Amino acid sequence: MTRTVLHRPDLAIMPVGAHTGPEGELVASVHSWDVVTAADGPGTRFVTFFAGCHLRCLYCHNPDTWEGRNGQRVTVDDLVAKMLSFKAFINASGGGVTVSGGEPLLQERFVEAYLRRCKQEGLHTAVDTAGFLGARATDRLLDDTDLVLLDVKSSNPRTYRRLTGVALEPTIVFGDRLAARGNRMRIRFVLVPGLTDDPDNIAGVADFAARWGSVERGGVVEQVDILGYHRLGLAKYEELRLPYPLPDAVPPTTEQLAAAAACFSDRGLRVTAS
Amino acid sequence: MSAIVLDATVTGLDPWRGFTGDSWHTSIAVRDFIQANYVPYTGDSSFLAGPTARTSAVWARLTAMFPVERERGIYDVDAVTPSTITSHQPGYIDEDTELIVGLQTDAPLRRAIIPNGGWRMVEGGLKAYGYAPDPAVAEIFTKYRKTHNAGVFDAYTPDILAARKSHIITGLPDAYGRGRIIGDYRRVPLYGVGALITAKRADLDACSQVPMTEEIVRRREELSEQIRALGELKQMAASYGYDISGPARTGREAIQWLYFAYLAAVKEQNGAAMSLGRTSTFIDIYLQRDIAEGRLTEEEAQELVDDFVIKLRIVRFLRTPEYDELFSGDPTWVTESIGGLGSDGRPLVTRTSFRYLQTLYNLGPAPEPNLTVFWSPDLPPGFKDFCAQVSIDTSAIQYESDELMRPRFGDDTAIACCVSAMEVGKQMQFFGARVNLAKTLLYAINGGRDENSGAQVGPALPPLTGEVLDYEQVAQRFDTMMEWLAATYVNALNIIHYMHDRYAYERIEMALHDTDILRTLACGIAGLSVAADSLSAIKHAKVRPIRDERGLVVDYAVEGDFPTYGNNDDRADSLAVDLVESFMTKIRKHPTYRGAVHTQSVLTITSNVVYGKHTGNTPDGRRSGEPFAPGANPMNGRDRHGMVAAALSVAKLPYEHSQDGISLTTTVTPNGLGNNRGEQVTNLVGVLDGYTATGGFHMNVNVLNRSTLQDAMAHPENYPQLTIRVSGYAVNFVRLTKEQQLDVISRTFHGAL
Repeated sequence: MTRTVLHRPDLAIMPVGAHTGPEGELVASVHSWDVVTAADGPGTRFVTFFAGCHLRCLYCHNPDTWEGRNGQRVTVDDLVAKMLSFKAFINASGGGVTVSGGEPLLQERFVEAYLRRCKQEGLHTAVDTAGFLGARATDRLLDDTDLVLLDVKSSNPRTYRRLTGVALEPTIVFGDRLAARGNRMRIRFVLVPGLTDDPDNIAGVADFAARWGSVERGGVVEQVDILGYHRLGLAKYEELRLPYPLPDAVPPTTEQLAAAAACFSDRGLRVTAS
Repeated sequence: MSAIVLDATVTGLDPWRGFTGDSWHTSIAVRDFIQANYVPYTGDSSFLAGPTARTSAVWARLTAMFPVERERGIYDVDAVTPSTITSHQPGYIDEDTELIVGLQTDAPLRRAIIPNGGWRMVEGGLKAYGYAPDPAVAEIFTKYRKTHNAGVFDAYTPDILAARKSHIITGLPDAYGRGRIIGDYRRVPLYGVGALITAKRADLDACSQVPMTEEIVRRREELSEQIRALGELKQMAASYGYDISGPARTGREAIQWLYFAYLAAVKEQNGAAMSLGRTSTFIDIYLQRDIAEGRLTEEEAQELVDDFVIKLRIVRFLRTPEYDELFSGDPTWVTESIGGLGSDGRPLVTRTSFRYLQTLYNLGPAPEPNLTVFWSPDLPPGFKDFCAQVSIDTSAIQYESDELMRPRFGDDTAIACCVSAMEVGKQMQFFGARVNLAKTLLYAINGGRDENSGAQVGPALPPLTGEVLDYEQVAQRFDTMMEWLAATYVNALNIIHYMHDRYAYERIEMALHDTDILRTLACGIAGLSVAADSLSAIKHAKVRPIRDERGLVVDYAVEGDFPTYGNNDDRADSLAVDLVESFMTKIRKHPTYRGAVHTQSVLTITSNVVYGKHTGNTPDGRRSGEPFAPGANPMNGRDRHGMVAAALSVAKLPYEHSQDGISLTTTVTPNGLGNNRGEQVTNLVGVLDGYTATGGFHMNVNVLNRSTLQDAMAHPENYPQLTIRVSGYAVNFVRLTKEQQLDVISRTFHGAL
């Protein structure tokens, strides 16, 4: 993988300050929204998938969210109104809102404004991010974030770059910043046999998580979710007429998932594997 | 015959010992008795007991008979004895070990014929399963004794017959018992049959010295029939060795008395739904008294409940294959309503509420009795968690909003059939099946002609003009067509219920009601999501009608996108809301038989498959013959934002215009609820709380993997008890037709909720 994101044309046309509408209001490019349970945070959640991502993860199952220009243009008011239509449900089920993508921090000014409104409504908020653009998240944005779902795709810089096209370091720096600020996190790690299942690689991710510390031990990591690679994204690649980058990859076995989970629980971290 | 003495210490016991309150002493007031005496249980399920060896042995005897029944369609039938409360000799599964006794006929799974509803249903049912109708019985019911079915067809109008034939009105209870009437079976254990007869005699005497108007004559005849039926109930119980003229003295007697009363009803009525009511908390008062007195252990209490539920699981009626096509899986809708809150805020949850649910573990999952939990976010957490756990394990419970029912019907409400709420013993309904709104829209486009047959069924309208369907024009014609349909529909129902009262009156069920009751006329609609999406297509996209050589519009070319119902998008959802309100308003314009209050349901049960089969291509892109979505569900695959968004669209349908119930069926995979059992339970509780909080009425919850269903289709022998919920009731999956199985599998599965 040689292509790096910074040369991508759609990013070039999205400089800071450009995502405002004709009357100066913030406008985001949103791929879709969903109301989901048992994913992307506790309870039933209103999840917004922001359009646009600079990573090109080999196992990405949402290639339809890569292009920012393919999204629907929405204002903060639009999104808040849609979200509020679920508020009673969200509250009754102990849920909240999640911003996901795509990469939500690509549109950090909008996200910041949206999360502010969600907090004003008394809702639990979560940001689902790869962390590469963590530096773009202001302290104000993080103050309004109850939970960061941080994808740590690999602990090895070379593997990370091969997997995503970008550098690992910003993600770790972001994790350190969250830990220092006391922002709660859930770490996610996708287990792809032959790609991310090297024991050293897994141990390295577990070490990062341990460095940020489990909540039980006074740290910020609530839980680690090990997500088994699946091939459900295949149809989307076909639809988009894109070559599927992992034609031969297979999902991990239950035993492989359990072995990876043990690596985290050994370090005193709460872990799920699915 | 001498009465059986269950336990020597029982004779001489005061049946009402230890009970408090007195308003229920002087008049029949079961609700007051419950409120004065029940003790809410707010703990968890850890106290529950598993099945005893005796329970498992009795159940095993029956399960050994099920494969034969499944293969042949019925196990056996008594083809020569028209069933009444006292027609058959006592029957047993295992006389020596049964704790609760009584069968519909003299042997388990042996069906009875109940010809008062209609001879044709009996004849068709017998022939379908290889039995010859008895000539003498046939002569009686075709020559000397008119049936409900014969009466209805004497009065049906040409309009009604045409609408029925073209399937725009389907499933009418004009050939068998109408059902959906819940006797207050609890009155028998609380008061004894003797006191109930005395009370009905007093009502009869009270209308002796007044002018004999038609209404009073009918009242006197009905009361006399009710009194006669109560006498027969006593006689039937006596044939099993029980004297039920006095109140029950123990928990076992209370269950036995109550069951005899219910049994009398199912011996005499082949009703579309023969629901039980709200009995668990009532029974709890008796069981807990026995436990406190040292007469009963938890294991024994559970054993009594298990034995009772075994009986409820083997209620059977003889029906025709055409009936099964509509309502598959041999349903009887022995619906039992559990939980909810009292008007004073105390939960109506007791240990016996848990014990009823526990039968799904002790006996394995089953569709009957149709266990229905009245959900409120304010129910005790231990009960909520147990319900969710049982749903995840068995998919056998349905949920209905106590928050919507309690303010309207009070806290002694029960569900008849699937979603029909009624105050027990004080209210009954005239069941009215449903009309096909999707087809009605096609009639609007085709000027009243049927899109399949070409016959002029509805009022003739001038041909549509323009190359593209104009929303305003179509909407206006749809309105006209719905006006005609509502009039035809109410006429049909008035005829049906007049004749049912006349020729197949529910003597014993009405004997267990107050003499003055509220009646509702329960209309219904099918194809709501198809009609709403079709209107949305016409409104938001370009829909070109395609005509055949007869000039009939038989297909549609759709250009452009349109919002669909089921995504919490008001542009489409408001169309569905408007349809519900609009059709209800039209129904209300027509006078009803016996002054019944008009109501409506959005419910199909499994008939969504047959409705779809008889409906041509629709403007939403649905192909001719393709099943409708069940009940108020969005069309399969069109709910693109997950189960919660779909549920919120359904929750927008106004209950005040659909007080006979709004049904939503959901299927999630276990992983869609959470990674582990604890998370799954918490999240399902959250979904039910959320749905109730946003005004949702009913939710069927299936927690299944698609692969499980596919495997069950291939190897039905491995899944004899696989139960799934389908729009308001549960069925054995392996007893569905192949078509219905495929329909269930094709429905939206929500991997992530």
